[in-house]
Amino acid sequence: MTEIPYIAAIEMAIHGEMERDDSVLYFGQNIATSENDKFLQAFGPDRVRVTPISETAEIGMAVGAALAGYRPVVELYMAEFMLVAMNQVVNEAPRFRYMTGGQVNVPLVLKAGYGFTAGWAGQHTGTIYGMFMGVPGLRVAIPSTAADAKGLMATAIRDDNPVAYFHHYLLTLEPGEVPDGEHLVPFGEAAVRREGGDVTIVALGYMVGLAMNAAERLAGEGIQAEVIDPRTLNPLDMKTIIESVEKTGHLVLVDQATRHGSASAVIAGEVADEGFSSLRAPIKQVTALESTIPYSQPMEEYILPSEDKIVGAVQQVLGQAPVGA
Amino acid sequence: MKELDNDRLVWMFTQMARIREFEERVKGTFEEHPGVIRGHTHLADGAEASIVGSLATMEPNDQLMTTYRCHGYPIVLGTDTKAMMAEIYGKKTGLCGGYGGSMHLTDVERGFLGTSGIVAQGIPQATGAAYAAQIRKQGQVVLCFFGDGASKQGAFSESLNVASLWKLPIVFIMENNNYNVVTRSEQEDANAAAGEPLAVKAKAFSMPGVTVDGGDPVAVYETVGAAVDRARSGEGPTLVESKVYRLSAHGNIIVPPGIPLHFPEHEAIEVFGNPEEYEAAKRGDPVPRFRGKLVQDGVMSAEQADEIMQSAKDEMQAAVDFGIESPLPEPAEATKYVYA
Ligand SMILES: Cc1ncc(C[n+]2csc(CCOP(=O)(O)OP(=O)(O)O)c2C)c(N)n1
Repeated sequence: MTEIPYIAAIEMAIHGEMERDDSVLYFGQNIATSENDKFLQAFGPDRVRVTPISETAEIGMAVGAALAGYRPVVELYMAEFMLVAMNQVVNEAPRFRYMTGGQVNVPLVLKAGYGFTAGWAGQHTGTIYGMFMGVPGLRVAIPSTAADAKGLMATAIRDDNPVAYFHHYLLTLEPGEVPDGEHLVPFGEAAVRREGGDVTIVALGYMVGLAMNAAERLAGEGIQAEVIDPRTLNPLDMKTIIESVEKTGHLVLVDQATRHGSASAVIAGEVADEGFSSLRAPIKQVTALESTIPYSQPMEEYILPSEDKIVGAVQQVLGQAPVGA
Repeated sequence: MKELDNDRLVWMFTQMARIREFEERVKGTFEEHPGVIRGHTHLADGAEASIVGSLATMEPNDQLMTTYRCHGYPIVLGTDTKAMMAEIYGKKTGLCGGYGGSMHLTDVERGFLGTSGIVAQGIPQATGAAYAAQIRKQGQVVLCFFGDGASKQGAFSESLNVASLWKLPIVFIMENNNYNVVTRSEQEDANAAAGEPLAVKAKAFSMPGVTVDGGDPVAVYETVGAAVDRARSGEGPTLVESKVYRLSAHGNIIVPPGIPLHFPEHEAIEVFGNPEEYEAAKRGDPVPRFRGKLVQDGVMSAEQADEIMQSAKDEMQAAVDFGIESPLPEPAEATKYVYA
């Protein structure tokens, strides 16, 4: 174990996979622009390349290179730049295998930062991973710790499907214990970050830290929250979530995205579908308000989930009448 | 295109000085008032001559769209610099009420239709505004500004094709500052790598492509002016490549909460270890260059130039004071403009 920042853990995984497998390529904007770039030095210009600001070409080329036997990792910096190439992300990469009757796989990783909340305003702060949950064939990973950042990236690169991998900008420099050497976190296995019997809090990505802090505060009031981090949204580990809800009878979902069409809405729907009888109160979702993210700080804070809002939501579900009462 | 008389030349210098001073104060805010500016700011220092030369061609009803590197344009259009600074400070009194910040300055009343933080996305929008101008038949022209990096996007090619095909009244002004963040043009652009000017891209769309020294406001005025005349007379678009050199880094570095934001060194030094390139660019700084020329030609005196600089300083100090003293928006105002 070594303590390193979240972003270094991601780089470590890409580096490790490139060493292990010659077919892994790494390209994107503003990487490897000068000779002292560490990836370029280690793997050379065949496998590491700076690309023009051309997301459609970059992601489309990743699809093509994957069809031709490589495993590209595309550096996109910000998730929202993916939107420029939405057809490649949604309509090409994840559907190719299916439409060809399984003749080909499209193993690629779209590495994208998301949800920065420090005044980047409307077009650079979106939390868009939920959008991709409704796309069969596309894996979605959202690591919340440095160890998972490494383990999920390594798994993503080895996965034979296209994977959209979303890392949160505010976690970039967050240090964490990371296993040395090979470290793989399987897709579809949620992590129980904290155990508790009173309420289940399912938090996504950066929200996991907020939920953990909220859970500590609630513990001070004698409320024991179980905090679950799904880690991947596709596949989604509903089993762990439902089992927890069976134990606690209460569910609070925390997602930085706006509610409609979000991952939290999907999870709420699944629990209503499969775990309804375990619920002792209505499900509560703590999400961003339905708005574009404003630039100015007080407005930004107003829009987004916070520790206080999570604590309030938990108090509310615990104080509510049982379902059907 | 109108003749540039002495008053107009002095006006141009005044606008360049105001842009420079405004941005100096934006940059200075990071140290003078830490925490007041959040998010990203992108300065156009080095591009003042290009901006002023281009905008000097505009008639009152003409319009423009730009990228996130957008502080200079509204200053020339006469937008209140206090409201601009307050916007960058996220204040309620800001030009966009604190909703947009530095990257999204917009002043529709003065013809500044907006900006995009997403590279090249303003190009089709400006093309649409030119389509509107064409069918409105009032002789309006649209100026569309973007970087050299943006010309690698599909949105660029798609828009230039339509604009040329439909002979839209638009001038595409590519401010080529040699860099896309830390990538040099020749590392990402086939034309640049082949040693050609980026204006050759116009050929693919059967429109004129011209390269101009963006450090010389008069040259820019003449080049863009000819393109504007062409657009206004219904002959269609032109691609102008205006060669500039930004004198600051791409933008300020954003760091996690608690650590102050700052401007890194210019990429020529920090990434490529080439201080000579950067120092040469500094020596060619368009603001002192144009000042020197106007004084030498007897268009204005050195004292007059000093007065212009001083009044730009006073104006921008007032903008900073206003921005600092202004209140933040009410939190609950956050959802106000989501729907019309
Ligand atoms: C579609 C998209 N991809 C990537 C980015 C990140 N980005 C912001 S500015 C920039 C460089 C743009 O270079 P250029 O068009 O030359 O304009 P300049 O900033 O040099 O004025 C990049 C890559 C973005 N904003 N949008």
